Amino acid sequence: MSRRFCPPRRLKPPLRREGAIDYDGGMRPKALILRTAGINCDVETGYAFELAGGQSEYLHINRLLERPELLEGYQILAAPGGFSYGDDIAAGRIFANQIRHHLAETFSRFIEGGKPIIGICNGFQVLVKTDLLPGAIAGQSGQTCTLANNDCGRLVDRWVSLAGRGGKCIWTAGIERMELPIAHGEGKFVPRDERVRKALWEGGQVALVYAKADGEAAGGVWPDNPNGSVDDIAGVCDASGLVFGLMPHPERHVDATQHPAWTRVKELAKEGQGLAVFKNAVRHVKEAVGAGV
Amino acid sequence: MIYRIDVKVAGNGIDPLGESVRHQIAEFGMNVGAIETARIFLIDTDATREQIARVAGELLADPVVERAEWVARKPADKGKSRIEVHLKPGVMDPVAASTEMAIRDMGLSVREVRTGRAYLIEGTVAREELKRIANRVLANGVVESVNFEAFVPKAFPAGHGYRLNLRHASIRGLDDGQLAKLSREGHLFLSLPEMKAIQAYYQQAGREPTDVELETLAQTWSEHCVHKTLKSAVDLEVKDEAGKVVERRHYGNLIKDTIFKSTMELMESGSGSRVSGSGGEFCLSVFVDNAGVIVFDDRDAVCFKVETHNHPSAIEPYGGSATGIGGVIRDILGTGLAAKPIANTDVFCVGYPDYDREKLPNGVIHPKRILRQVVAGVRDYGNRMGIPTVNGAVYFDNRYLGNPLVFCGCVGLIPRNMIQKQSRKGDAIVVIGGRTGRDGIHGATFSSAELTNTHADEFSHAVQIGNAITEKKMTDVVLQARDRGLYTAITDCGAGGLSSAVGEMGQKLGAFVELDKVPLKYAGLRYDEIWISEAQERMVLAVPQENVKEVLDLSAGEDVEATVIGYFGTDGAELILTYAATEVGRLSMDFLHHGLPKRHLKAVATKRTVSKHNSGAHGHDARATKERLLAMLAQPNIASKHWIIRQYDHEVQGGSVIKPLTGPKQVGPSDAAVLRPKLDGYRGIAIGCGMSPQVEDPYDMAIASIDEAVRNVVAVGADPAKIAILDNFCWPSVEDEVTTGALVRACEACYDAAKIYGIPFISGKDSLNNQFTNQETKEVIRIPNTLLISAIAVIEDVRKCVTMDLKKDGSTFGLVRPHGLHPDLKSLAAVHRFMAEAIRSGAILSCHDVSDGGVLVAAAEMCIASGLGLSLDLSVLGRGPFDECQGKYLVEFNATNGHVPALPRCPDGVEVRVVGGVTEKAELTEGGNGADRFRVSIEELTAAWRGTLDW
Repeated sequence: MSRRFCPPRRLKPPLRREGAIDYDGGMRPKALILRTAGINCDVETGYAFELAGGQSEYLHINRLLERPELLEGYQILAAPGGFSYGDDIAAGRIFANQIRHHLAETFSRFIEGGKPIIGICNGFQVLVKTDLLPGAIAGQSGQTCTLANNDCGRLVDRWVSLAGRGGKCIWTAGIERMELPIAHGEGKFVPRDERVRKALWEGGQVALVYAKADGEAAGGVWPDNPNGSVDDIAGVCDASGLVFGLMPHPERHVDATQHPAWTRVKELAKEGQGLAVFKNAVRHVKEAVGAGV
Repeated sequence: MIYRIDVKVAGNGIDPLGESVRHQIAEFGMNVGAIETARIFLIDTDATREQIARVAGELLADPVVERAEWVARKPADKGKSRIEVHLKPGVMDPVAASTEMAIRDMGLSVREVRTGRAYLIEGTVAREELKRIANRVLANGVVESVNFEAFVPKAFPAGHGYRLNLRHASIRGLDDGQLAKLSREGHLFLSLPEMKAIQAYYQQAGREPTDVELETLAQTWSEHCVHKTLKSAVDLEVKDEAGKVVERRHYGNLIKDTIFKSTMELMESGSGSRVSGSGGEFCLSVFVDNAGVIVFDDRDAVCFKVETHNHPSAIEPYGGSATGIGGVIRDILGTGLAAKPIANTDVFCVGYPDYDREKLPNGVIHPKRILRQVVAGVRDYGNRMGIPTVNGAVYFDNRYLGNPLVFCGCVGLIPRNMIQKQSRKGDAIVVIGGRTGRDGIHGATFSSAELTNTHADEFSHAVQIGNAITEKKMTDVVLQARDRGLYTAITDCGAGGLSSAVGEMGQKLGAFVELDKVPLKYAGLRYDEIWISEAQERMVLAVPQENVKEVLDLSAGEDVEATVIGYFGTDGAELILTYAATEVGRLSMDFLHHGLPKRHLKAVATKRTVSKHNSGAHGHDARATKERLLAMLAQPNIASKHWIIRQYDHEVQGGSVIKPLTGPKQVGPSDAAVLRPKLDGYRGIAIGCGMSPQVEDPYDMAIASIDEAVRNVVAVGADPAKIAILDNFCWPSVEDEVTTGALVRACEACYDAAKIYGIPFISGKDSLNNQFTNQETKEVIRIPNTLLISAIAVIEDVRKCVTMDLKKDGSTFGLVRPHGLHPDLKSLAAVHRFMAEAIRSGAILSCHDVSDGGVLVAAAEMCIASGLGLSLDLSVLGRGPFDECQGKYLVEFNATNGHVPALPRCPDGVEVRVVGGVTEKAELTEGGNGADRFRVSIEELTAAWRGTLDW
């Protein structure tokens, strides 16, 4: 098998927008965008990190399986959306199986080093099925939650309102409201039991919930809660707040023209609401991890 | 040994799949009890029971919501009835392949995995009833087998190997009748003159053909691959209604002298097809490659192609539409040195969803099931590929009952310096992507035949099952190889498989192919099957020898199979095929590509009298108008298609600017989609389509289709000078002077409209055998003459685009239209240009194309989209509110209280009428001149419009 490094697919440097890049004029944290067969949101996810002031590189899982130490060269890890291995067996299951059996330690070390990980849509499904999310909880380990079939029984593409729930997630810090699109068939968040559900709330690990237009939680009612998720949960983090997964796509709302009602506003916003998620991680790496990582 | 694991919903949780199946069974008039479903895994392995228990618990079943059950012997199923569906041997099973890989990732060995599904129905259901349920709702006998008890095999049947057995056909001594018989029985679908040309070739060569040579000729010369009808010479006689010939015209090559010609003339004159400001060209590659290519910006171009996949979709709708979309994506990947797919489109024509099930001809799948399945096919394939499906349409008409139409389109982005390709002598022939199996054999010739109710059996091997992930992996690798400059040419394996791909790439050079090198899905394929198989997800690359290793390494690094199967460049430019070091075929490339005898057709058309328009209710009976409006909104052709749209990911790749459903509640039907292919800029493309099979006269039908496609993209802000269009002809048959005449008239309309609008055709495709013959009753159902026009436009700044949802209480509301009841093409073109300028100037807040259902329906849609109301007085229009004719737009002006903002100069032939205003009150009212005012709430409008197809 080739040891050739897959050359990162790079977009032109993003348009310079006020406040978008370079908080301190200094380092641009390196984000690794993990690819595999069927991952298909890699380019826009990488672009979102670039826009937020990071720099993105794209790596096929096979390169990481060959040389796990490659991960040490990055400060942020992203598992993007898509249909890894076609959602065969269940969404994210096969990709998760690869990570569990070959990369579990590598990922743990990454988190122990204080570096953030995000899983979006299929990436969220992967992180949940690798036991990384929400991680050991309520005295239970292994897979304690899942993302089951949507209540409506099929894939749904629509925009949803989300409300931040504070808590310890570094990715959603300061985010109160956000509108993002979803596009998934298996997005119904289900904790294994009541203890896990409670522990998620009490531990500040519920980061994001589906909400009504006014910001109130959706209360389980369709279409504000688009998939039947328990407690309207749209995104959770681990106990450290570093590992975050969500079903909606923040990388699909980094520009105002991506919003479905942008033609109704007088003046376009300077950036899309989802960009805040990526900026948070970049800022976190700069502040907490520092340039020495 | 083989272990069987069933995965079911855990505990007393609801089984959403079971519920949905029960619902679908009920739609067929059968009511059954609760259904429990299971996913079946059959694992052939030497691993221990404990190890497989780990596989079941960790891999196959979700530990939170599912449970795994061992099935060691047939369960008793007390009080329940069982239906099991298993794929037939040899049918693509992506889940099985992924499962095998994952089991190996767990450090265990496995020989083979197969998967299936089980449905356990509460209560005892008679066997006959179970069979009906299985056949109508659960399984497709073409690719799946049905069991009524649990399938617990001891061993999987092993495939048989193949030993070369070279077969020849005798052709030199045959008379006409025998030639025709050979063509028919060998599924060659060649005409007698074509068979005679082949006979002459072999008489001269002094030998008989091998079977694979005949197959190669049949594939290459098939209507599907070479479009011989549209390239025919045609003599047209135009008669008046009394039958007197009033005009005669001759075309040396129908398509070249009409559609191609208009593009060439536009390119030469530069008019209309120039990118304003850049001074450069607009069309970069037309009618020569897989797709038409136009300028996007200084660095990149966009290309667009639309294909049909009608006959496979009639027999196996899910696989047919999935491989339709998979195929057109490969067309884009095979354009130039490979374009990156950035958007998909889909258009379906089917019978009405409420068609009487008792009257359904034998062998025909009910239209509702067809629609569900073709949507699922596009959804599963397009979503997995990560390509947004952004635009489409559905047309219901019972003439599509036996022969539905499935159009799949794909748009690509390609660097402008990669549009040209040319394989070189000595380049290796590399096949990349999926393996070759028996699937899809004879697809090219099958699509050139007409459907009958025995086709499902006779041509079951023509059905293809796709695996999107194989194609996605291949796409990832191909685009990397392209950027590294590793190959000189690329072509997709479409209809005709390797035979057409290699034949096309080696047309000038010749090619040498070792068929036993081609990787196979299973043993036992004959050499000729390998050569013509239409197995999906394969591309052919011409790779300079020094780059071969890098291509193979790059592919292996991402788990993609790439194999050298031969080389380009033979003495005398011959095509040479070998199997096990034995020559099995040798053909002159010149004869293969230029030996097809030219056809000469006679055509008759009737000079058109002015078409009748659906003029609607002129009278202003308020109650009748309201009821008619609600009925029209609920009509399937007009009703909301959100059920389909919501299943497609139209946001992936992040470029979505105008989505298929728009407005504050995301329910309004956008006229066209707009997206930004490059995230770091605001330049974009708009994609729309038009189709008017309900118009009888073929000339008017074509104009209506073109005008609708143009209106759709103009309505969101496209400039007519930057639009390009595609044609897709679907005709019932072209067998006599009248049907040929209709085709000629449609081509003439395309020429006229393209020239006067200044909008070039850049690519096209035709499918000319779309009628269904019921072999029992001999009844023939012919589809209406159907021309799909797909439009793509380059938008300089997407932030200037508008959507169709009303924006502001108090805005002045108006209609822009051409003068007169029967506007000529010049007035229509002027309307489109005026509309584009008005939008660009900022004078328009919202704009909606007026099409099916006329002005009132379009106005209602604008209300539904926004939640705002309209107060209209349509009496000033002088035509009925449901009048359908070309060239009309409804607009919300950026001005209030009946004032009209400053507009660009209104050219001759265009009129702008104020017809009312936007109101905060959520109702649509209409009336004027003292007529009764009708009033309908937006809630009522929405319910009618969204209810019909809210599946």
